[in-house]
Amino acid sequence: MTAEDLDEESAAWLYRLGDGEGERQAAERELHARLVRIALAEVRRRSASTPVTGRELDDIAHQAADDAMLAILAKLGSFRGESRFITWAYRFVILEISSKLGRHYWRNPPVALDAGQWERLPDRFGIDPVRHAESAGILAEVRRVVEEELTAHQRRVFTAIVVDGIPLDALAAQLGLQRGAIYKVIFDARRKIRRALVANGHLEETGLGEQR
Amino acid sequence: MNDLERLDRFLRTDPRDVGCDEAMAVLHIYVDLVAGGEDAAGRYPGVAAHLLSCGPCGEDFDGLLQAVTGG
Repeated sequence: MTAEDLDEESAAWLYRLGDGEGERQAAERELHARLVRIALAEVRRRSASTPVTGRELDDIAHQAADDAMLAILAKLGSFRGESRFITWAYRFVILEISSKLGRHYWRNPPVALDAGQWERLPDRFGIDPVRHAESAGILAEVRRVVEEELTAHQRRVFTAIVVDGIPLDALAAQLGLQRGAIYKVIFDARRKIRRALVANGHLEETGLGEQR
Repeated sequence: MNDLERLDRFLRTDPRDVGCDEAMAVLHIYVDLVAGGEDAAGRYPGVAAHLLSCGPCGEDFDGLLQAVTGG
């Protein structure tokens, strides 16, 4: 990649951040201020979906901006110009916020790990309370498959995420795993449960058409 | 969407789904395509499938898109 391949704004950021003189410090201050602004907006956007509140949310935003800034400067040489520079940079702060919110979840968790609140499963799928009786059969089969056909690890992860509603990033932090590893466990569990529900006549092999 | 459809939709998996690591590695590229009105899902169908299925990655996508569009 050469500077000529970049859009004007991205080229200017790279030039200024790579400058050995005073321009670099000014560019770093400007970028950091932008990261803080984006981080504060992002934690507020997510505030309804996390038990973290108030001052702690603002602290997370500032920590995320600081950590993102360090990562951006350390990885500046790996920016390949596949996107605008600012989009590449903002990605760091967004991912930092996800990771930090996952870790902070456990400071005041609304549900404990391994709670196993199976009675709340209908609500998890948004099933109307007046129709709980109708869906009881298929949900009982879901539970049977989880308890009898999933591996112990799949069962623990599925129960935490789907039954107890623990955020995926929070579970990843608690178990010391990457988000992708947890997602893969859930992905495999979903496939296994659906296959069993189809085999037992609860769901059709096809029926919803092409998934979006 | 009725109750059974919601459960069925959750349990269905898309074989094109690339997973979190691959989706997050190109998130900035994908977001710029979306922000620019281009066919991001056509260019990256596996990422599009993943973002529809993975709540946390979908949340990151929404956040980054909002950050760069100011919307």
